Amino acid sequence: MSHLSLTERDRSEMLAAIGVDSIEELFVDIPERLRLRRPLALEPALSEPELVRHLEELAGRNVHTGRELSFLGAGMYDHYVPAVVDALLARGEFLTAYTPYQPEMSQGVLQAIFEYQTVICELTGMDVTNASGYDGTTVAADACYLAKGTTGRSKVVVTEATSPQVRQVVKTYAPGFGLEVIEVPHRDGVTDPEELRSAAEGAACVVFQHPNFFGCLEPAPELAAAANDAGALPVAHVDPLSLGVLEAPGAYGCALAIGEGQGAGNPLSYGGPHYGFLAAKTEYTRRMPGRIIGETTDVDGRRGYVLTLQTREQHIRREKATSNITTNQTLLALAGLTYLSWLGPDGLREVGETCMALAEYAKERLDLPLAFPQQATFKEFAVAVGRPAKEVIRAARAQGVHPGYALGRDYAELDDALLVAVTEKRTPEDIDRLAEVLGP
Amino acid sequence: MKLIFEKSQSGRRASSLPHHDLPVPEIPEELRRSQPPRLPEVAEPELVRHLTALADRTFGIDTGFYPLGSCTMKHNPRVNERVVNLPGFRDLHPHQEVEGSQGALELMWRLQEILGEVAGLDAVSLQPAAGSQGELTGLMLMRAYFAERGEERDTVMTADTAHGTNPASVTMSGYKLQKVGTDDRGNLDLDDLRSKVTERTAGLMLTNPSTLGLFDEHIEEVARIFHDAGALLYYDGANLNAVCGISRPGDMGFDIVHYNLHKTFSQPHGGGGPGGGPVAVRSELEPFLPVPAVVRRADGFDLDFDRPLSIGKVRGFTGPFGVFVRAYAFIRAYGPALKEMSEVAVLNANYLLARLRTAYELPFDRLPMHEFVLSARALKREHGVTALDVAKRLMDYGFHPPTIYFPLIVPEALMIEPTETEAKETLDAFVEAMLAIAREAEVTPALLKEAPHSRPVRRLDEVKAAKRAVVKFGFDEHPDLSLEPSEPRALEAQKGA
Repeated sequence: MSHLSLTERDRSEMLAAIGVDSIEELFVDIPERLRLRRPLALEPALSEPELVRHLEELAGRNVHTGRELSFLGAGMYDHYVPAVVDALLARGEFLTAYTPYQPEMSQGVLQAIFEYQTVICELTGMDVTNASGYDGTTVAADACYLAKGTTGRSKVVVTEATSPQVRQVVKTYAPGFGLEVIEVPHRDGVTDPEELRSAAEGAACVVFQHPNFFGCLEPAPELAAAANDAGALPVAHVDPLSLGVLEAPGAYGCALAIGEGQGAGNPLSYGGPHYGFLAAKTEYTRRMPGRIIGETTDVDGRRGYVLTLQTREQHIRREKATSNITTNQTLLALAGLTYLSWLGPDGLREVGETCMALAEYAKERLDLPLAFPQQATFKEFAVAVGRPAKEVIRAARAQGVHPGYALGRDYAELDDALLVAVTEKRTPEDIDRLAEVLGP
Repeated sequence: MKLIFEKSQSGRRASSLPHHDLPVPEIPEELRRSQPPRLPEVAEPELVRHLTALADRTFGIDTGFYPLGSCTMKHNPRVNERVVNLPGFRDLHPHQEVEGSQGALELMWRLQEILGEVAGLDAVSLQPAAGSQGELTGLMLMRAYFAERGEERDTVMTADTAHGTNPASVTMSGYKLQKVGTDDRGNLDLDDLRSKVTERTAGLMLTNPSTLGLFDEHIEEVARIFHDAGALLYYDGANLNAVCGISRPGDMGFDIVHYNLHKTFSQPHGGGGPGGGPVAVRSELEPFLPVPAVVRRADGFDLDFDRPLSIGKVRGFTGPFGVFVRAYAFIRAYGPALKEMSEVAVLNANYLLARLRTAYELPFDRLPMHEFVLSARALKREHGVTALDVAKRLMDYGFHPPTIYFPLIVPEALMIEPTETEAKETLDAFVEAMLAIAREAEVTPALLKEAPHSRPVRRLDEVKAAKRAVVKFGFDEHPDLSLEPSEPRALEAQKGA
């Protein structure tokens, strides 16, 4: 096996040093009845060329965005990932380091996470963030747990226009966290602040997505105010790529901002691994889940970085920890840092504007009624296709175009609605082609 | 070294983006960004040099030996990075229809089958994002299972040697925690166990081999005690690298297992993640696994959402797919020889121990499995040198330190896990360094107390970091912490899993 370095001679020398005759003897503590006395029923080993060929064959049976003109979004987006991200990922030091428990060995990755934390705080208008969560769904559950601990309340409110997967994950965590989850319906594609205000009474937090799952811009400042009025923490689930053009949640009264980082620096990868972010105002710092990097100095006064506020964490606090999270998504978050550094503030705004402009062009070209005609949108919008959207998708795919996501998968009343996502990678000609495929 | 923000100059940028002559719609004023975020403004050359400088100040398994106990820092095969970047994987949208993602679904289905065989259990869900999320998922499965049976059980037990994640997961899943002690051979204390298991006990979470690197000699009896009480056994797979193909958790009596794909199956750890924490269960627990399930049907592979008893979703989509590609490739490169992986991991650990036991105390004198725990207690007593000092001094010899101060029941613990991928010469060099350090502790203890001497920074003041809580760059208002006095104060427990 090419991953193993020991020669036969090494093995016999080592066994002699241990004072046993065979490797078998090292397993003497495992009761005989528990020993697997047959080979594992696995297929034979593959050499490297055979392995590559096998995986190429599997990969070849997937229709990826290079083989199909895709307008799929609904939480995962085909944004451009610049080559400079490859420069980061190609460095084995980042790729193969463990969590930086020994700061003197890990100043590079610690500083990089500190820079990532700064970038996320700048985007969201918040004061503190962690070194990442698993994805855009689990950070919502984390936020609810934090809110329960802060307020002592167990009801959490989530808008129905928040991603169905985010809502499902919150509900899965709810029994263990002791949470009661209330959903507030959308009205014509957005949330009604007054309806939210009454639901938020006695709630620990209010989670709303903006732009929401339908791509619509929510009346976000009003939603935050409704939550604040009820003493519930407003939690905005935001798209990082929208934050060059849309206001930072910290600027309109949110306590927390969370989101999915995939679109910022990571490929689709069939849903993961990516990173989730959770950022908060200062007063919630000591209730934050997960790793946080802080600045300090060494014995000579030199600036350096360490894992900090560790008394929140499982390896110190054990059953009293603010979360059990240990392994997070650092490498993907650093891809996010690299991407956002590549963009800069002007690039971020331009990406947002380009997506919006292309989406508006698509709305005009498609010649289909909008599902929510009253609402402003960001990079995604829903159209009514007049029959089950699944059928339309099937027909379009037969012509080499994936036209979007069938909202009926999650919202029974929207069975004829198709959610179309437009990133900066699509061109006006691509959109013309979509219009042709969806046309009469 | 400067932060990227300190290298930033207004007007610079690295990105180039497409432009179209299309009107940009107006955003209502109350929703419009008022102040642009202060992202770095750098051109590409500076950005690449910055990343390179950061990489130069980071130590990975690619850099050198990394015997961080319980973390299984093995070589990460490079072919895995190549295959995960095949466009059919990298650029596949998770909402792609099942007809358009048959290759991905087949890969996941095959990985489930393999993991089930390795654990000796019936059904696998790949969805959890990390070991700790696997734990939480396992506890949710317990809850759902007992709820369905109408049994009220509110307590979960963990060993006093357990990773911190175990008790944290118990609390997060709404269970009460009860701790079980360790006997003088490093096994679970059976008397303590028997006295605590009741009809309210939902289960036990256990790592086997334990965090002491020792296989629990009474595991069959432990399983009997819990099963007789109607409770379930949960296997924390952090140490699975010791027993692949040798002994299976399912055969030991465990009902639920989580795997750490980033430990046993070589997903690179990325400076903190990503990981993968699939769970495997006995058939009685299968109906409760997360949705969607990846299933094989007569006409191909499919996603099954129709599982009425499912706990729901613990993460988006079907899990961290890229991690699955790497783990699958890793296992296929071994085939049934996966057993040899574990054998060599155990051989390497025993060899290191055989050579180090003269210089360091061994609290539990048994043949270890893939890792072992030494104590620097004698060095501390006789020369005032702590496990932390030994760890810091190892850096000067070019090695990443082992895990220290864990497990908590061993004072001045040094937890060493070499993994199977190291050459004998590397192990020998590490032994020589450890022996040299033990001599230095006697002769020149100050050398250890002041170590490391060769890293970009010396010991850092962790107390100052926690007190000041500077957790982001403050631009014009950024404090200069060098003006405040600092001592090299470290928090003792530097351990996770």
